[in-house]
Amino acid sequence: MDPADFARRGECLWEIPAHGPMRVPALICASEALLRAMDGKVREQLVNVAQLPGIVTAAWAMPDAHWGYGFPIGGVAAFDPDAGGVVSAGGVGFDISCGVRCLHTGLARAEVVAVQQRLADALFARVPAGLGSTGQVHLGPEAMDAMLAGGARWAVAQGFGDAADLERIEERGRMADARPECVSTQARHRQRDEVGTLGSGNHYLEVQEVTMVGDERGARAFGLRAGEVVVTIHCGSRGLGHQIGTEYLKRMVLAAPQYAITLPDRELACAPVRSEVGADYLGAMRAAINCALANRQVITHLVREVFAEVLPHAKLPLLYDVSHNTCKVEPHRVAGVLRPLYVHRKGATRAFGPGHPDLPAAFADTGQPVLIGGSMGTASWILAGTRASAELAFSSACHGAGRAMSRHQALRRWRGRQVVDELAARGILIRSPSLRGIAEEAPGAYKDVTAVVDAAEAAGLAGKVARLAPLICIKG
Amino acid sequence: MATGWEHFPHAADMGLRGRGATPAEAFEQAALALTALVADPASVQPRDSITIDCAAPDRELLFADWLNRLVYEMATRRMLFSRFAVRLDGARLHGRAWGEPLDPARHQPAVEVKGATYTALRVAPEAGGWIAQTVVDV
Repeated sequence: MDPADFARRGECLWEIPAHGPMRVPALICASEALLRAMDGKVREQLVNVAQLPGIVTAAWAMPDAHWGYGFPIGGVAAFDPDAGGVVSAGGVGFDISCGVRCLHTGLARAEVVAVQQRLADALFARVPAGLGSTGQVHLGPEAMDAMLAGGARWAVAQGFGDAADLERIEERGRMADARPECVSTQARHRQRDEVGTLGSGNHYLEVQEVTMVGDERGARAFGLRAGEVVVTIHCGSRGLGHQIGTEYLKRMVLAAPQYAITLPDRELACAPVRSEVGADYLGAMRAAINCALANRQVITHLVREVFAEVLPHAKLPLLYDVSHNTCKVEPHRVAGVLRPLYVHRKGATRAFGPGHPDLPAAFADTGQPVLIGGSMGTASWILAGTRASAELAFSSACHGAGRAMSRHQALRRWRGRQVVDELAARGILIRSPSLRGIAEEAPGAYKDVTAVVDAAEAAGLAGKVARLAPLICIKG
Repeated sequence: MATGWEHFPHAADMGLRGRGATPAEAFEQAALALTALVADPASVQPRDSITIDCAAPDRELLFADWLNRLVYEMATRRMLFSRFAVRLDGARLHGRAWGEPLDPARHQPAVEVKGATYTALRVAPEAGGWIAQTVVDV
């Protein structure tokens, strides 16, 4: 995009002033270089989001924003139900609560490298990955309801992981006010055998080395030391979330005239928070958040089982678990007054700053860990939420690098075997059921995550704490 | 217009487009494009068939429904499909899809399609035939 089309409000802040049917301005957090490289569709979609009923302050885009459906990916928008605010299925996305969790291992790089092949093979054998894979947990109707209402707490009660994990998960492991009765038979059917599976596409499990610590104090609070190894899991609510997204997108499109909502585009389908469709979606979406939290909790247990066999002295406590695709009710200050807002984050991470009451005591002084995913060959990052972020995009930050080219282009450029061999030569072991999937996910198909993280820091959204480099990647 | 299918670029996801002499034919071709996102359709044997019926208030939403039903059947039956027959009857669709159980080693599935979005959703006459297109979340 051309920076001349924006009003520059800071080194990394660009505004599209409200005009025409826009109720609020649109704001993009990005360096000039990232803004220039950003898809023009981001602007178009942000302008559309800024027209939705009840939106407050601004429609935001994070430094990794790109063309999504309805809302841009990397989009953040908050709605006030007292002002006719809406909830949007497209504003959350199909992969509800897709997110990242990071586990400590306490192991030094050398200890992992000594058993790297064996560990990679064992993780690949234990954690179901790829299209059509099924988990060890098969849920009947009652267990499904309990999982949808209980999230990671349900998983811990079933013996997957420890109670101590729950403190280190957003919502303490369980999204309140989930309504399993709003989740269709079809969505349940899609999930029946998929609990504890990684999925495919850009989902992964990585064993990573902490290669750089940028903020000593933050790193200490997070328990991160250079040269130590962590495990990161990236996946979401699997088929259940996808089906809920699909069904409610249609239901919202069909209901929009009934609520006198004029959609700039059908893909912006939404319903008032205080409507039957809106309330049903929120209940189903919260159940899907619990599904994602349970899923990552079960996978965590599988990872710990593998480490117990391969590196038995390792302990794997949870650093933190964040979700990227959600709508959550949070109090935020608007014109000096705290109001409960429905904050949509689509491909964006919540980034509460120091002192936020929802954070565990360990992060009271640092802000929450913000986990930024990379690609198989490039760095991932751990950032910390800032106080300033509350005055920006409702305490939100970026979530990853974003693709630099389409899957189609990547498939023409790389062969899966070649990617695996090149990464192996760099000391990174890839395990995946699909060579084609690896080609489509080649590291070169992604943007430079460091540029995105630098912009997030310069914009004040979050501060850099540590950089992680992959040693093993299990790719779905 | 030549019958066929293609993918078109989208930043994070994938666009798919079917072309045919009739809307029904364009729907069939778009279904092939859907399979091709996951695996090479030529590698999928049309051994077993399923039927799909859906209804929607307009043809574009019906097209999204058709794709979403296929996504659902692929996910829950753990099958891939390579041959399709569609009959459109006003706001209703009667479809049949032929395929086989997913074999990861042979099919090398790349991505899991999460669902069809309404982005770039279009069913329209073009160049003497019909196109049916949308972006799917992968």
